[in-house]
Amino acid sequence: MKNLVILGAGTSGTMMANHLVSSLPKKEWKISIVDQYKTHYYQPGFLFLPFDIYTTKQVKKKGSKFLPKGVNYIQEKIDLIVPENNKVLLADGQELQYDVLIVATGTKTVPEEIEGMKGPKWYENIFDFYTYEGAKALRNKFRTWEGGKLVVHITEMPIKCPVAPLEFAFLADSYFKNKGMRDKVDITFVTPLDGAFTKPRATEALHYLLEEKNIKEVTDFNIERVDYENNKIIDYADTEVDYDLLVTVPTNMGDPLLERSGLGDDLNYIPTNKATLQSTDHENIFAIGDATNLPASKAGSVAHFEAEILTDNILRYINNEELKEDFDGHANCFIETGIGTCF
Amino acid sequence: MKKIIADREIDVNEEGYLVDFNQWDKEVCRSLAEEQGISMTDRHWDVIEYLQDKHQKEEPLSIRGIKKSGVINIKEFYSLFPGGPLKKSTLIAGIPKPKSCI
Repeated sequence: MKNLVILGAGTSGTMMANHLVSSLPKKEWKISIVDQYKTHYYQPGFLFLPFDIYTTKQVKKKGSKFLPKGVNYIQEKIDLIVPENNKVLLADGQELQYDVLIVATGTKTVPEEIEGMKGPKWYENIFDFYTYEGAKALRNKFRTWEGGKLVVHITEMPIKCPVAPLEFAFLADSYFKNKGMRDKVDITFVTPLDGAFTKPRATEALHYLLEEKNIKEVTDFNIERVDYENNKIIDYADTEVDYDLLVTVPTNMGDPLLERSGLGDDLNYIPTNKATLQSTDHENIFAIGDATNLPASKAGSVAHFEAEILTDNILRYINNEELKEDFDGHANCFIETGIGTCF
Repeated sequence: MKKIIADREIDVNEEGYLVDFNQWDKEVCRSLAEEQGISMTDRHWDVIEYLQDKHQKEEPLSIRGIKKSGVINIKEFYSLFPGGPLKKSTLIAGIPKPKSCI
């Protein structure tokens, strides 16, 4: 019996388990998937939770519900990947041998990367909305906030779902309009990019929307630190932006597991062949979704297209066939622009 | 499109970045820097060499990378190339604008 091990039961890992359980011969392959959390978060919902559009119940699901029968689901923390010995060590001392490993450990926010961000004001007037805890804390803050300067901020690229911070600004505009207090809220969008988005055509359209909604833009802002005592963010060029309420997207990094295992790059992402999704260093390790260093958006729709190609390539690898160089960074995206509209 | 840089016809894209690194040399570099209001010093050359080396190795360029480069800290990077340091320095180095933005 051979072993295929998937690390991470998020969007990517769950899709791979579902694809592979029906394409690998059951008598020859055992599929295991490891994740430390019982809960599978519906991450796109984190954008809506702060505005009371989604409830906490709508973003929390039971992980096992999405995993097919025939897959061995191990709920445990992963300690280390040892590629030299083709094994994964779990926190409870278990060892998993693998013939093929799929890394789907995603990306995490790391507010500690910026001085003053995760300090005494964290979740008082500095929030993130990329975690369940952050989105929920921000919802509670918004419910009673009386207005002031709201700054929506991106620390550095790449980030998961690159358009979400803009959507957040649009939704904030709608939210405070609906509460009849838009005139009391000054919204500023602060980005390290030189425009609202990464692609010229989208930037033009989105810039127009920001103007229309009276959201100010500060571009080319590379944050150095948060001055939480005086409520301002400061960049390397000494530009300062004042806030009463800071909603930031902290630095995104891959799982510390990859750093511990010596498999990550500067940001703990696993170097991956961008067309085949095979790890560049180990031929029996593949990677998918946010965990890779691919120059593609970190988003569920990208993972969806990757999952189809990766399934093909794993079957090819197992059959000693040449891998297909099929992935092209494809993504789909609906952009929420507030007041029940999108494009 | 073509642009006259250092009395030569050079191929550039719509943002002014060189499209063929073979057309780059120190004369072109000085001229590109002057257009940005920058007068090249030894420290500028250190940075340009670092960027070109990274580009040749196909390693992505980012502010974070600069922080860890050991060549320069970010404060100095900003003072050498005021405004958008990464955008300006790569333009002067004759390499593409970094895609640290996805």
